[in-house]
Parts: sequence; C-alpha cells; structure tokens
Amino acid sequence: MKTDDLIAMLSNRVHAIDPSIAARRYLIAIAVGGIAAIAILVTALGINPGLAHETLVPMFWVREAFCLGLGTLAITAVARLGRPGVPLGRLGMAVPVPLIVMWLLAAIALFNAPAGGRVPLLLGGSAAACPFRIAVISSPLFLAFIWALRGFAPTRLRCTGAVAGFAAGALGALVYTLHCPELAAPFLGVWYLLGMLIPTSIGAFLGPRLLRW
Amino acid sequence: MTEESLRALLVGGLVGDAAAYRLFLSQLAAHLRVFLRRRLNRTPQDVEDLVQEILLAVHNKRHTYDPAQPVTAWIHAIARYKLIDLLRRRSRTDVLHDTLDEDDELLSGGDTEAAEASYDIARLLEQLPDRQRLPILHVKLRGESVSETAGRTGMSESAVKVGIHRGLKALAATIRGAR
Repeated sequence: MKTDDLIAMLSNRVHAIDPSIAARRYLIAIAVGGIAAIAILVTALGINPGLAHETLVPMFWVREAFCLGLGTLAITAVARLGRPGVPLGRLGMAVPVPLIVMWLLAAIALFNAPAGGRVPLLLGGSAAACPFRIAVISSPLFLAFIWALRGFAPTRLRCTGAVAGFAAGALGALVYTLHCPELAAPFLGVWYLLGMLIPTSIGAFLGPRLLRW
Repeated sequence: MTEESLRALLVGGLVGDAAAYRLFLSQLAAHLRVFLRRRLNRTPQDVEDLVQEILLAVHNKRHTYDPAQPVTAWIHAIARYKLIDLLRRRSRTDVLHDTLDEDDELLSGGDTEAAEASYDIARLLEQLPDRQRLPILHVKLRGESVSETAGRTGMSESAVKVGIHRGLKALAATIRGAR
C-alpha cells in the first residue's frame, strides 16, 4: 500500500476523540486496583481493630497524607509520562516532597526520644513484614496502572514503569494503613518507603517489556 | 509549514474533521520522510516503512495529544521513539547520539513524493479476523458509514467501531513484529 493510500485510509470517516478518555482510564485503574488491594488486605490481614481509636491521633492523618500525597503526585507524573513529548517539569522535583517531610518528622522524633527509645521507633513491631505486605497489596494497583498505560504512548519506558510502580506502592501503602498500627515517623520513613520501592523496581525492570508499543 | 497550521489540522482531526486530518497526515508524512532520510542514510529502504509505521502509531495514539501542548513536541517524541525502537531492533544504536535531540528540525522541510513501503498494509489487512477486517474494509477503505457497515455485516455499530480500533492496533503490532 502506498503511503498516500494509508493516509486516505486512516483519515476516512475518522471519528471524534473523547478528551475525557485519559482521565476515565486512570480512574478505572485506581478504582479496580484499589478495590482488589482492599480485598487482599481484608482477607489476608484484616482491618486494624483499633482503627477508629487511631483516627483520633494526629499522626494517623500524617501517615494517610504521606501515602496519599506520594500516590497523587506519582499518578500525575504517570499521566504526563503517558503522553509523548510532555515534560515532567517541576513535578519530578515535587514527588519526593512528602518523603522529605516524613524524614524531617522522623529526625525530630529520633532526636527527642530517650536513648533506649530510638530503636523501637525505627523497628516498631512489624518492620520485617511491612515492605513485603505493601508490595503484595499494591500488586493489583500495579497491574491496573500498566493496563492503563498500555492505552497511552509512553516513550521513556523504564522511567514510566518505575513511576507507575511507585504510584501503586504509595496507594498500596495507603490501603495497608487500614491494617497497620505503626504510627512512628522513623518507621514510616524507612519501611513504608521500602515497601513502595519494591513495585518501583519491578516497574523499572519490566517497563521496557510491558509498555512497548 | 508552521507549528500553528499543523496543530490546527490535528485539532480538527481530533474532533472528526476528516479533510483536516488527511492534510495533517500528508504534511506529517512529508516531514517524516526528510527527518528519517537524514537519520537512516545507511538504510534508505527503511525510510518509507518507518514513515508508515509512525503514521499508524500517530493515528492509533492520537488521543494522547494534549491540545495545550506543541504538536511538534508530540510528533517528534513519537517519531524519535519509533526510530529508536527500529534501531534497537537492528542493534545499530551508534548513529543516534549526535543528531536526535533537535526538536524543531522535524518541520524544516518536506518531501511529498508518494512512496511505497516494503511490506504491504493492504495484504496485512487481509490476514485480520473478519470482525476487524470487515469494519476496516467498509468504513476506512470504502468510506461507508458505521451504520451502513453495521447493517451490511450484521455487526452492532459499537462492534464496528471496536473492530476498526482493534484492527488498526493489530496492524501496527504486526508491522512491528514483521520486521
């Protein structure tokens, strides 16, 4: 087929594009991935029985804002990476901001703790399990974001895969807060972050294969 | 050729103006030809193949264009991605580094000479399953409306639209795999 014939074919009866299609696809991914993540949490770990009481503690909301902030920034970055030629701009610098705030809170908490109280602040009661649990809970979100991105046109596949993994990890961590009783900033700044970095590395590794078009 | 006129044609295409869209694709093809010929000077036979592959990609991914964004940046990113994809498959990445980063030269010239690719999209179309092949044949090649095609093939209108969409995507995947 000559190129002119291809052009005639592609333009023939071309239909209008719905501009809301991008937002809709990401919303579906968040909803489906989020519901599946909550289902995993409820069946495998259960909801923290002290959750209602915990919501009275300010640090509970700091933890929610930490996960939600990272997730929102990362998803916004994913949406930009899915469009060819759209630069990340200042967003790339904004993504780590919630993390830096958490580390500052962690430094203050560690500084103010008595000598013997620092290690418990860092390790809590579930440090070993936490990153692995966050990674498992975020897996449906990860798959949903990869699905969503396959409908777009990312050109930096490794970076896009990593940021999609990080977004899934942050929202997976948000879901995990329904079970996890840990509220110390040093714990969150280390083990929650590690949990988010597991899907991030998987995304960086698989991105070039899963996102090609 | 300016950013503005190309952008106007694409935006027209995105709201369903077939004539504007056709003009957009023709002007894009002319510029791609020049852009790629300069970069594939050792394998000129690849140029028209890649022009067609990029046109198909631009069409299949046209919903990723944000009208607030320069059209040049969008098509350059797609062209660059497809070129690197091709070179990587041929593991000949050495020609990349010096020339690929100048955004504006995509619009620096045009070659409208009608040309043919080494593979034949018409023949690849015939290999698609009927639920994709028939909608493309009736709507995209013969120019019949979606409802006419639905009546003729016994498919629902939404199945016709989905068939066109999936068929063109499958075509792009076949071309990529075929090389």
